Amino acid sequence: MAENRDFMNRRLHSLLGVIPIGIFLIQHLTVNFFATRGAEAFNAAAHFMESLPYRIFLEIFIIFLPILFHAIYGLYIVFQGKSNTTRFGFFRNWMFLIQRITGVYLLIFIAWHVWQTRVQASLGADVNYDMMADILSSSFMLVFYIIGVLSATFHFSNGLWSFLVSWGITVTPRSQRIATYATAVIFVALSVVGMSALLSFINPDLANM
Amino acid sequence: MSEDKQVRFIITRQDSPDNEPYTEEFNLTYRPNMNVISALMEIRRNPVNAEGQETSPVVWDMNCLEEVCGACSMIINGKPQQSCTALVDHFEQPIKLEPMRTFPVVRDLIVDRSQMFDSLKKVKAWIPIDGTYDLGPGPRMAENKRQWAYELSKCMTCGVCLEACPNVNDNSDFMGPAPVSLVRLYNAHPTGEMNKSERLEALMGEGGIESCGNSQNCVEVCPKGIPLTTSIAALNRDTSLQAFKNFFGSDRA
Repeated sequence: MAENRDFMNRRLHSLLGVIPIGIFLIQHLTVNFFATRGAEAFNAAAHFMESLPYRIFLEIFIIFLPILFHAIYGLYIVFQGKSNTTRFGFFRNWMFLIQRITGVYLLIFIAWHVWQTRVQASLGADVNYDMMADILSSSFMLVFYIIGVLSATFHFSNGLWSFLVSWGITVTPRSQRIATYATAVIFVALSVVGMSALLSFINPDLANM
Repeated sequence: MSEDKQVRFIITRQDSPDNEPYTEEFNLTYRPNMNVISALMEIRRNPVNAEGQETSPVVWDMNCLEEVCGACSMIINGKPQQSCTALVDHFEQPIKLEPMRTFPVVRDLIVDRSQMFDSLKKVKAWIPIDGTYDLGPGPRMAENKRQWAYELSKCMTCGVCLEACPNVNDNSDFMGPAPVSLVRLYNAHPTGEMNKSERLEALMGEGGIESCGNSQNCVEVCPKGIPLTTSIAALNRDTSLQAFKNFFGSDRA
């Protein structure tokens, strides 16, 4: 199968974006959403995730390695393309470009986010509502996180659309168009979840709950 | 009155593959129904630029003059298309002509599309019927399938889809949409189907179908209206199945 290395890598890249990374994104945003019920509810949810058995293996095989491969191979894909939206301003061509822009942004955002939370946790910091409230009290960080979460929900939704094409699931123009609508709904829904959670960390009423 | 009407052309020229490109402007007398090729012919007949200086005639490629061969493709006002069917009346002035830079420029508006023909060889875009003896008639093709396949067979290897594709460039070895769609055509043919897996394997090789980034520009710009993105998605499915067969299956068929 060595002769098909590019093919297998590209298919793996597409698959990993949905399973497990996409699934993890939904799970992560869902846990964050507990913040809308107040600090105590979020801390309990975060603590539950922290206390999962063999957590380090779950993290390595479901999160770190897939994201690392997806990010590095994704960067390689970005450098293979030359955007031409000024000459060809079609909808899908814009999606192609935004998918790459959000991908590169996410590489930076996730690296920083992991450093700020997971790495700090392994150095002894407590990952809880107060930590996020502290981070997001800076308006620069708040904007950085808002763009980060929106990039993630977009990149996942649009990536899900191209996953369906790349694996040959949606072939006809009609099925691809319906997939566009469906993934747009997923984008809006996940963005609402993500934004509500983010804004809960800067809500003083919720901090005392 | 129409004798006095002028048409202005801005043409990107290049003296040789190694020279820097430059633009040169030409004013031509308008004639009813003139197209880009007839304008270029007029420049060739009287190679004088807009400043009134004598210059070398602009060179371009052409053959059939009825949008079937694909040879005269160039970028006209920013859009890649065939210059034979580009009517001057349909364009805003000045009309800008450029070569399709996705391909190596030979001179002026002539590009070298050899890479497309190399890709066709790579994916075996033909139906092997030669033998040392008469192989007899092949299996018949259903009429409705023939009509469907005819649409795919309209591809003239013009290169417009490669020009529009953001993933066909110097940084990537992607063969582009046209050869992928032709695999679909030849794999659908009852005789061509016998070599289906060979073509799929070629598509799964270097510069193959995996480099498609789904920008879907190709289907928007194809002058023949070929459903290129449907072909790509259909072959994504076929190569997925082929990959499963290769890994889990017991045969390589």
